[in-house]
Amino acid sequence: MPPDSLFQRKTLTQAETENITRVEELAYELKVEEVMTPSPVTVSPQTSMSAVLELFRQNRISGAPVLDSGKLVGLVSIEDLLKCLQKADLESATSRYMSTRLLTVKASDPVIEALKLFVSSHYGRMPVLNNSGNLVGILTKGDITSGILHAIEHDYHEEEVRRYRASHLFEDIESDRSSLILRYNIKQGDFTHGGAASSAIKRALLRLGANPQIARRTGIAVYEAEMNLIIHTTNGGIIRVEIEPNQISITISDDGPGIEDVNLAMRPGYSTATETVRELGFGAGMGLVNLQRCVDSMRLESVYGRGTNLRLKIFLSDKESVGEGS
Amino acid sequence: MNVKELIKLIDGHLYNGSADLQREVKGGCGADLMSDVLASIQPEAVLLTGLCNPQVVRTSVMADVAAIILVRGKTPPPETLQLAEQEQIALISSPFGMFELCGRLYVAGLQSLERAVDGSDCNCDS
Repeated sequence: MPPDSLFQRKTLTQAETENITRVEELAYELKVEEVMTPSPVTVSPQTSMSAVLELFRQNRISGAPVLDSGKLVGLVSIEDLLKCLQKADLESATSRYMSTRLLTVKASDPVIEALKLFVSSHYGRMPVLNNSGNLVGILTKGDITSGILHAIEHDYHEEEVRRYRASHLFEDIESDRSSLILRYNIKQGDFTHGGAASSAIKRALLRLGANPQIARRTGIAVYEAEMNLIIHTTNGGIIRVEIEPNQISITISDDGPGIEDVNLAMRPGYSTATETVRELGFGAGMGLVNLQRCVDSMRLESVYGRGTNLRLKIFLSDKESVGEGS
Repeated sequence: MNVKELIKLIDGHLYNGSADLQREVKGGCGADLMSDVLASIQPEAVLLTGLCNPQVVRTSVMADVAAIILVRGKTPPPETLQLAEQEQIALISSPFGMFELCGRLYVAGLQSLERAVDGSDCNCDS
């Protein structure tokens, strides 16, 4: 690459800006302990500077924490060693040259905290302490860079591989009719995890290459049904999703109590939900109506005292399955 | 308007680092009933709500919401925060009330992405 081409690249490509955003995210997501060098080489205040020099050379490091009976008292770095060499004073103890004005970071802190400290202090390395104040590692700017690069590569690779594998699922399998079946057991009253199955189904569809509108419609329909299982059933129920290249068939079934009057249940605004459920933002009497709007066909069968069976279908035309953006 | 600009406009506090600050917000929708949100919201809207349980995040994921604003300075419980972090959707708290927030965003040029719920209309894509 000719030298001036570095200066000619003024605009960032889409991929590059995406990576920068991801780096910002990672600075918040990654913890110091995930990128630091754990169990670093340490010295004691009495260690001679010539021994420090030898230690740095052997371990190819440029700094080490100084511990006195297990307690962190300083940090000795290559800069301190240079000062010592200048005075030809290598037989002195580390305590004479080490830095004692220390900045430390906590192992559980997000990397962004350490980055802020590095920027404001111009320090080259920082000891890492656990919650009890004991030394557990050492952190340099280089550790942060390689930790983030590693995470980016890992992320990129993982999602790419998943999408590639899933989107070609049906291509390599020969049969007269192939389908993929997903099943989820939903617990009655489990509001905390309400929607977890729907999220998983939506994500699966996107990985399979469904367009965003199809994934959204399916997600909303299954979410309403999933919340119904959580709110209204006696023992929870099962969601079964069968995915074929040209259609998605969903069955939601439970063993009670069943719907007393199906026509009434389908009426917009009709609800049997309790006050608690309403406080969670549900029970407006729009669930089944909303659900029906999102699917191409819906069949609701219920026997009061026995249970309910809801069948939904979404058809995928060629146009829909190729994806036209949102 | 992107999420970063949105936060500035409402003196917002962002709770989760995983959110994409560059994500474009195309309009807004204000509601406390999640079923209403699911029935009426169009993709890439900011959702303004007084509700702060995990279902707000689930609903937002399902409905392709670009960011969530908790009105009246509400603090989300840990399970809501954790889910927002995991789903990488911006969870923002603002000291202003629902009415004022809707006004501020509307004046700043955000359109309504809250569609009237018509029982006979079956058009879920938009």
